[in-house]
This record gives sequence, C-alpha cells and structure tokens, in this order.
Amino acid sequence: MKKRIISVMLIAAMTFSLFSACGKQENENASSSRETITVLNYGKYLDEDALRTFEEETGITVKYEEYESPEEMYTKYKSGSIDYDVICTSEYMIERLIQENEVNEINFSAFQNYDNVDPTIIDFCGSFDPEHKYTLPYFYGTVGILYNKTMVDESEVQSWDVLWDKKYKNEIIQENSVRDAFMPALSKLGYSINTTDPSELREALDLLIEQKPLVYAYMVDETGDEMIAGNAALAVLYSGEAAYAMDFNDDLAYSVPKEGSNIWIDAWFIPKSCTNQSGAQKFLDFLCRDDIAMLNFDYVYYTSPMLSVLQDQDEDVRNDEVINPSKETLERCEVYKALSEKDSTYYSNLWQELKSTQ
Amino acid sequence: MNNLKKQLLAGPYLIWIIGFIVLPMIMIMIYAFTNADGAFSLEYLSAITTTTNLNAIALSLKLGFLATLICLVLSYPLAMILSSFNFKHQNFVVFIFMLPMWMNFLLRIMAWKLLLSKNGVFNSVLHTLGLGSFNILYSPTAVILGMVYDYLPFMLLPIYNSMVRIRKDIIEAAQDLGANNITVFFKIIVPLTLSGVVSGIVMVFVPALTSFAVSDILGGGKVLLVGNVIEQDFMQGMQWNAGSALSFVLMIFVFISMALVNQFDKDGEGTAKW
Repeated sequence: MKKRIISVMLIAAMTFSLFSACGKQENENASSSRETITVLNYGKYLDEDALRTFEEETGITVKYEEYESPEEMYTKYKSGSIDYDVICTSEYMIERLIQENEVNEINFSAFQNYDNVDPTIIDFCGSFDPEHKYTLPYFYGTVGILYNKTMVDESEVQSWDVLWDKKYKNEIIQENSVRDAFMPALSKLGYSINTTDPSELREALDLLIEQKPLVYAYMVDETGDEMIAGNAALAVLYSGEAAYAMDFNDDLAYSVPKEGSNIWIDAWFIPKSCTNQSGAQKFLDFLCRDDIAMLNFDYVYYTSPMLSVLQDQDEDVRNDEVINPSKETLERCEVYKALSEKDSTYYSNLWQELKSTQ
Repeated sequence: MNNLKKQLLAGPYLIWIIGFIVLPMIMIMIYAFTNADGAFSLEYLSAITTTTNLNAIALSLKLGFLATLICLVLSYPLAMILSSFNFKHQNFVVFIFMLPMWMNFLLRIMAWKLLLSKNGVFNSVLHTLGLGSFNILYSPTAVILGMVYDYLPFMLLPIYNSMVRIRKDIIEAAQDLGANNITVFFKIIVPLTLSGVVSGIVMVFVPALTSFAVSDILGGGKVLLVGNVIEQDFMQGMQWNAGSALSFVLMIFVFISMALVNQFDKDGEGTAKW
C-alpha cells in the first residue's frame, strides 16, 4: 500500500513539474515583447552568423527551422501546426503554392538592397512568378554530370547518352528524386523536361528501367561524398554540390550536356500563415545586403543571384563555369514548371514503378 | 475500492494508448478506406494489386524471410552453446551480445556502408592482400546483411531464454532411459524451445518486413520495400490515402504473425526474461 501511495505521489510530482515547466515557458514568451519571425529553410542553407547579426541589428528573434525536400516542406507547411513567416524552397513548389493562393505579396519598394538582385535571374523567375511580386531568388544553378576524369573522357559527357553506356555498369549515381531522375531521360529523348504527356513519360520510364542495371545507387545528399571517395565514375547532380565535391577531389569535373538541362532557382516567399509581414520583409531585405549575401555564398557555395557577390568573388571563382554558368549554358536550360496534382501523382507512380522493377 | 484505485493508476497509460496508439490507427483506417475527397472508397485498397506494390510486398516478404532464416540458423546453435556454458560469467557473454543494441541502429547501418563501399575498409584489405574486390553494397544482399546484423539479438535472446529454462534433470532422465543426443535434441530441446523460436521469428520478421531505413541506406535507393513505398507516399507524393492503405495491408501481415505467437507462446514466456 505504502509503495502505491509513493508511486502516486511520484506520478503527481512528475506531471506537475511537466505542466509547470510548460507554463513557465509560455510566461516568458508573453512577458518578452520581442518581435519574432519563424523561418523555414533547406538544411545547411544559411550561415548562422547571419541570423545572429540580424537578431543583434533589428532586435527581432529568429526561430529557424530546416527541412530536406520541397515535398517535405509542403507537408510541414500544410499541416498548419506552425505559423511560418518566411520560407525558402524550390521554384516548382513556390509555383504550386502561388496557384493554391498560399503566398503573400512582397513589397519590394520598401527594400533597400533589392537593386543587388541580378535582373537576368529575376527574368528567369518570371516562369513561376510572372509579375515578380511573390518571390526573392536566393540561389540558383544547373543540373549536370559530375564525372571522374580518370575514368571518363570529357568528350563523352557532352551528352546524356553516357548515362546509358554499358561500360559504366555500377559506376553511375542517379538522382533520387522524381523530376531530376526523369529530366536526363526526357532531355535525351528531346522532350520538354516539363512534359505531362503520358506516352512521352512512359518512353522516359522505359529508358530509366533500361538504365537501372547500370546504376550504382540513387542518391541525393550523399552523391558528392561518394564521388569524392571515387566510388563511382559518373553522377547526376546539382552544380552547387558538384562545386563542393570538386573542391575535395581534383579528378572531378562537371558538365551540362548539350541536349539541355534544368536551371533550378531556390527563392524566398512569405506564406499566408505569416504573422509578422514587416519582420519577414526586413529579413529578406537583410539577405540581399552585400556582406550577408557574400557570407551566405561562402557558406553554401551555390550560384548567388546577388550582383555584389559576383564582384566580390576571387577572380578564379568568378570565372569558374560551375559556380557561374555562362549565358549559353543557361540558354539551353529550362525551369521546372509545377505539376498539377494529377500529373504529380502520375510522375510518382512511374517513379515507384521504376524503383520496384528488379 | 482497491479496484478503483488500480484503474486510476492506469489512467496516464490509458491516455497514452488512446492518444498515441488507438487514435492514429483509426486515422490510418479512415485514410485507407476513403479517397482524396474524403468519400468512402476501396480505390486505394484495391491499388495494392498494382505491379509496383505487389513487387514491393513480394520483395519485402522475401528479404524478411531470408533475414529471419539466417538469424535463426545463426542463433540456435549459438544459444545452445551459450546455455551449455557452465561458468559464472554466462550473463556477461549474453550482455556482450546485447551491447550493440545500445548504439543507435542507424549509426550501425551507416558503419556497414563505410565497410562495404567500393573503396571501403573490406575492399582495401582485400586489395592489399591481392584478393580482388567484392561489391555487394546497394543490393538486396547488403539489405539482408544489415537486417541480420540489426535483428540478431532479437532472435538470440528468446531462444537463449527458453533454452536455459530447460531443466537438466529432464535431459538426464531421457538419457537414463536410453535416448542418445540426437533423440534428446529432437524430442526435448526442440519442443521446449519452440516458443522461444516462434517469438524470435516474429520479432525479427515483423521489423524486417516493415523496415525502410535499412533498405534506404544499404539498398542505395534500388531496393524498394513496402516501407519505402509508404514513406514515399507520405513524404514525397502527398498520397496519404495510398500510404495508409498499404500500411493497413502491412498491419494484416503483422496481426497474422502475432496470432502465430499467441498460438505457441500462450503466456509470453519467450519474452519474459527481458
């Protein structure tokens, strides 16, 4: 009996301490009248020093959260459990959210540093934000082939065909996300990377099934590391990741095949759930500032749409085709368009069919 | 009076069960039996017969079965040896087998990746010895290896527990009556350890069947198990109904396995000791 009383008391004490802890936290939040913004961004996509500087300069507390894939971001945002004030994600996902009327307009005239954004890239953003009123580009780049010069000749990687070359069996790393995996097959066939024509997609799927025995692995984040370790000869990946990998292994080089490819743009937007519009705008304006843009470029090492970054870069970085793709490379690239729910389901069904084929 | 108190004490746990086990299961059922508009529909349940899903289920069953079989073949003799040890530190040996479970299982799987990769530890050693190389990483074989490595203790412990409970006098009595070792093994040891074997099988087979992390990491995205399809349905495709329908089907497999345990292991002997 005694034991039971003690256990009841213990449970009561534990429950009480739990609640009291919660209460305390709420009190703290209420008593401090500090402004806050909640930021949602890709993982490892912003230098934390920038956040600290922003907090010091403006007195606005930043709650910072990260995610891995745009689809995951969408699920997180749609669940509605947290009111995000500003989100960074890929262009096709922003387009979808704009269509769903989930995005607030940004008042760029209140910005001090908007002039710093490269007009060419703002033009590219027109494909998903025609009136340029919802989005601020953050980083962009291409998708191409990272190859190991000791195993593959430069002349071979000018075409996507090399990914179907039987002599590279077990040496190819494919992208482990639906659209990036279909993109090389569609480009090789000469179709638009935004096609929704079922028969064209079927054809691409057949090509990918034919390619599967040659594939070493389907990966996203680990591709760079595998290439650095020399575990594969060829990999489809983003230019930013390629630049990172090439820094560690001099045998690696990058090419955007002649058939064309994808230019991706990651951009910031202010979602409808925003509770602090002015704080969010201050944050975006802050990201366009010369020193902060440079800080983030050094940290992320993707192509920055900020003009000041191009100026402040070292000569060899500025002339590096991987970091700063040439105009003609960009000309043969296409931006992903958002897919309707029906088409996107069709894509993922084909994708699963590919994955389940033995 | 006493009963009421007992029920009160169960309160917190009851809330836990309802909130985190029963309700989510009901939600999964609702999703499984409705379509995207929320209307009742068997559309997604019947979609499990698509080649994609059937392939994934077949592969999951196959890999789960092989992993379980290998675990059993490894564990049974090991448990016999361990239980026959007659020294003081028997518990210590068992403890050593438990030790890896204290580490996060993802870390251990990642370690396998480093060991098995093309320029990894194993291949470097083989290379220095001039023995060529072997490549099993990113294949179903690697996934089975990972499963066996991860779930072996779950097979070993129930069998070991049922084995140490066999009283020596029963075996001696059998030997007195003229039974040789083979007869003793099949007539006494096997029947008396059956409950341990069955719970071991379930404890390996069920997680192996539903796993998705092992196949993701060691399969290199080429090995699609049911767990991976469900994960993709929820995380990438936003197809919650399809994912729930598959989870529901998977649950049926799990229930069948549980029923099997109950049949053999009426009072939960196999898992009693840990």
